Amino acid sequence: MSKNVLILAEHDDQSLKAASLSAFGLGYRISVECEGTFQILVLGNNVGDVASEASGLAPTLVADSPKLEQPIADVHAKVIAQVIEKNQFDTIIAASSTYSKDVLSRACGIVGGAMASDVIGCEVKDGDLILERPLYAGSVTAKCRLLSDPKFLTVRASAFEPAEGVEAGTSTVEVDEASLPDRVEYHGVETKASARPDLTEAKIVVSGGRAFKTTEDFEGHVGALADALEAAAGSSRALVDAGITPNELQVGQTGKVVAPELYIALGLSGAVQHLAGMKNSKVIVAINKDAEAPIFEVSDYGIVGDVYKLVPELLDKVKATQT
Amino acid sequence: MKILVPTKRVPDTDQKIKVSSDGTGVQTNTLPFIINPFDAIALEEALRIQEGASDEVEVITVGIGNDEYEKELRAGLAMGADRAIHVSTDELLDPWNVSKVLKVIVEKEAPDLVLMGKQAVDDDSNQAGQFLAAQLDWPQATFISKIELADSKANVERETDLGIEKLSLNLPAVITADLRLNEPRYASLPNIMKAKKKPIDSIPLTDLGIEIEPKIEIISVEAPSSIRSCKKVETVDELLTLLRDEAKVL
Repeated sequence: MSKNVLILAEHDDQSLKAASLSAFGLGYRISVECEGTFQILVLGNNVGDVASEASGLAPTLVADSPKLEQPIADVHAKVIAQVIEKNQFDTIIAASSTYSKDVLSRACGIVGGAMASDVIGCEVKDGDLILERPLYAGSVTAKCRLLSDPKFLTVRASAFEPAEGVEAGTSTVEVDEASLPDRVEYHGVETKASARPDLTEAKIVVSGGRAFKTTEDFEGHVGALADALEAAAGSSRALVDAGITPNELQVGQTGKVVAPELYIALGLSGAVQHLAGMKNSKVIVAINKDAEAPIFEVSDYGIVGDVYKLVPELLDKVKATQT
Repeated sequence: MKILVPTKRVPDTDQKIKVSSDGTGVQTNTLPFIINPFDAIALEEALRIQEGASDEVEVITVGIGNDEYEKELRAGLAMGADRAIHVSTDELLDPWNVSKVLKVIVEKEAPDLVLMGKQAVDDDSNQAGQFLAAQLDWPQATFISKIELADSKANVERETDLGIEKLSLNLPAVITADLRLNEPRYASLPNIMKAKKKPIDSIPLTDLGIEIEPKIEIISVEAPSSIRSCKKVETVDELLTLLRDEAKVL
């Protein structure tokens, strides 16, 4: 059965997020294997640059309106639902993020579709999608099938390769502004501006756990090593709960899911909720003074020892080889 | 004002999760069940709103499940909910069908606010609240870490990938709780005793007049092994050498 695939793009008003390129990679593969079509949808206000970048990959629908400037769920979802119904898309894919979980789930609710979240595998079999997704914080993986159209997927970027796509054009989505609800006021987002790479996009992640007792200790060890390696910094839930690190750094079931080339876990015991967020990293290194810490079970390399002693030494030696 | 708090009964995920012998689910018969932790946070917040309000606030919990659900509904009543609704069924519903059931209950109870967990820790779908909001055509705020009600509005802070987002939304609304909204209380012994007398209104699912249409089928379940053989070394130099020469990641 041929499929009409729509990829919902996420962007920062200037360019597409890397995760959306992975979502596009899956959408492109599905449409090729099913001899279907694929298009990208870009929503926002003054998103010409993003639209032109997207049109380098696929025919791009652009919903550009001041009403779409802010990511308000009931507004964005309504426009997405209108686009799906008008164009008869049957497969809608976005990268897993707080935006897609908020907005795309609601769009699915409007059109009465079926949805799988956090998809980590997809196989096309007899025209149907066999999806893999984690359950129970990643303790088990389920193979599943969605039972009605349209089908909505949010996908973990680390699980799918981007695709080259094809040069195409853009077309404008007429946004019926009068039909959009006006029940939510947006008062901005407090971003903890960080010079470090984004956790979900970094090649190396350095993460800290309970061993670090203060924000200064965390920054002086985890943060400093991350900077030396041009890596992202992450943390366990325990540090976020203790107010030592901000929410955005949390890796795990309820935080971010990462799968970098190298994950360095410092003073981090490895609770199952944390492992759910990082165990698919290519190479995992652990330093922990407890030889029995579960983090060692999922690690490729480890040192049993005190992070307060070993991390400064590691930092010096990493810096020394760079000069 | 009325706050409806849907809860889900889930296996305690601090326990070891094992695949069932037929490979299509997990073994739940040996696991203790609890109120989904995110739903417990939502219930706690509803109770704090009730305790802080000058007007009367009624907190109602609703649960969908088999007869064993009474225990978790009583646990919610012991935390302080005024009454509970039990939609009884032996079927396990997916988030779409959960939202269809909740829609009927919302239309019947007409709450000002539906406050629920952002996701259930068994299937980790993170969908039911958004589906419900869409079907009711109510505004929504997901993943909230702070809420304040004033003048028929909810002022909330949301935990997003970019940072903390601030919204005000008109009530009625569907709001879903994230981890850091609060820490749920433990029920005191007197409240556990009191909860035994609080009403649980039991309604068979079949009396709601909705058709259950499964949206997702689980074909098989497996426990991926994440165990790796860890090469333990003594020194930072050895570690760096391995990362450079063997793993080739530095």
